[in-house]
Amino acid sequence: MEHGSSIEINTEWDIVAARQLGRNEAKETGFGTVDQARITTAISELARNIYLYAGKGVIKIEPVRAGQRAGLIITASDEGPGITDLQKVMEDGFTTSGGLGAGMPGVKRLMDDFRVETEVGIGTTITATKWLH
Amino acid sequence: MPQETGKQYKQMLKSFLRTQGEEDLYLGQQFSRNFIEKKIAPEDVISLHKTSIEELIEDLPPEVSISFDFLIEMMIHYGLALKEHQSLIRKQEAIQMEMDIAVRMQNTLLQTATPEVQGLDIGWISKPAKQMNGDYVYFLNETSSQVCLAVADIIGKGMSAAMHMSMVKFGMDSLRYEKRSPSEVLSFINKMIEKSISDSMFVSMFYGKYDTDTATFRYASAGHEPALFYCAAEKEFKLLESKGLLLGVQEEAKYEERTVKLEVNDFVVIMTDGVSETRTENGFIEMDFIENLLCQVKSENAQAMVDYLFNELSRMQDYQLHDDFTLVILKKTK
Ligand SMILES: Nc1ncnc2c1ncn2[C@@H]1O[C@H](COP(=O)(O)OP(=O)(O)O)[C@@H](O)[C@H]1O
Ligand SMILES: [Mg+2]
Repeated sequence: MEHGSSIEINTEWDIVAARQLGRNEAKETGFGTVDQARITTAISELARNIYLYAGKGVIKIEPVRAGQRAGLIITASDEGPGITDLQKVMEDGFTTSGGLGAGMPGVKRLMDDFRVETEVGIGTTITATKWLH
Repeated sequence: MPQETGKQYKQMLKSFLRTQGEEDLYLGQQFSRNFIEKKIAPEDVISLHKTSIEELIEDLPPEVSISFDFLIEMMIHYGLALKEHQSLIRKQEAIQMEMDIAVRMQNTLLQTATPEVQGLDIGWISKPAKQMNGDYVYFLNETSSQVCLAVADIIGKGMSAAMHMSMVKFGMDSLRYEKRSPSEVLSFINKMIEKSISDSMFVSMFYGKYDTDTATFRYASAGHEPALFYCAAEKEFKLLESKGLLLGVQEEAKYEERTVKLEVNDFVVIMTDGVSETRTENGFIEMDFIENLLCQVKSENAQAMVDYLFNELSRMQDYQLHDDFTLVILKKTK
């Protein structure tokens, strides 16, 4: 990896640090202002979930290259309680923010690829990728 | 975003900066529908504006330019809320379609043919207030001289009520050739419901059996609205009441059975509370109001009487039924 790094999430302020890191990486990869804002928002939501539901965890941000395509991968991992009903969580309108479009379905919309691995009692790892168009 | 859209936007903005005229604003609004149609997010529109204004004004203060980045950030969640909204609308359309199919299925499943009986004129109507009807009318022609009818009202609404209704129907179908009396039928359905339906689901039912040979109407009621009996000779209405708990309350419930004899031009009116508890601006109507309406059309045939009552009562509710409306009239013609 050329650049890219990770941030531990322990306090609410770490969410801001993760956002900052994400924005810098997005800019460096060549994303425009709007996509920078989208990537940052996705990081923000994931980091906030770690902070709220797992207590602590790590946000990793790394550039990728696949053939001609360049992009950015965000990995949010924690060893928290895991997500019990993933199907519900991915449904629109389920988040506690209700109707504001944020939460996990929002992250999925903001990014191009989105994958969740979660096991109750073990933890959660979410991988989301945004490609440069 | 398509390049063409970007160019057009910049052109329109340029024109507006010069004229500041209403026409440009009007055209701009028309153009904005394009954005929505092409699913262009609000943050993209701001970004487009930023690029355009930077190109149109050479010495734009950098703070103004940067301020749009702040606005873009502000718009991200608006964009998400919009997408979620659109997806929820699609979901709702899908649910509506399922619902329509279910309604059609219920109608097919629960349809009942009006029996042809010597000397008895039968008219009826059953209209749901919402999509699913929680009322139910069931006819059974056991023999050429006997006709049975059930009028039921599920306490509870919508989809689950409709599903339970089907169960009640199949319960009654299973008694088809057994020539049970009204109280026996109610006891049977009661046991069936008690066993299989959740605690909060109750059904009221009026069950009657008319015998053409004796011109008698035997009836029993499970917590249902009393029926009305019109005696032509006395020009008077009587209530046909009969004791019995709602179906599904108590497994061993007993249902009282009564009989009334019909003379020519006498008629029996069975209804659900959607009829007797018609709500108008001035509160609930009284039973004698219904009796008066019936008197006005008592020489018409049974279906015409039913239709008249429905039209009058639904007009009084501004054609918006508050509850499912079911009415059956049996009239002795000879
Ligand atoms: N990292 C996580 N660990 C455990 N549970 C999580 C995690 N992320 C999300 N959840 C669960 O998924 C639910 C939905 O999350 P989200 O879509 O972000 O909406 P919100 O945070 O507004 O509830 C949360 O309420 C939480 O129960
Ligand atoms: Mg959240």
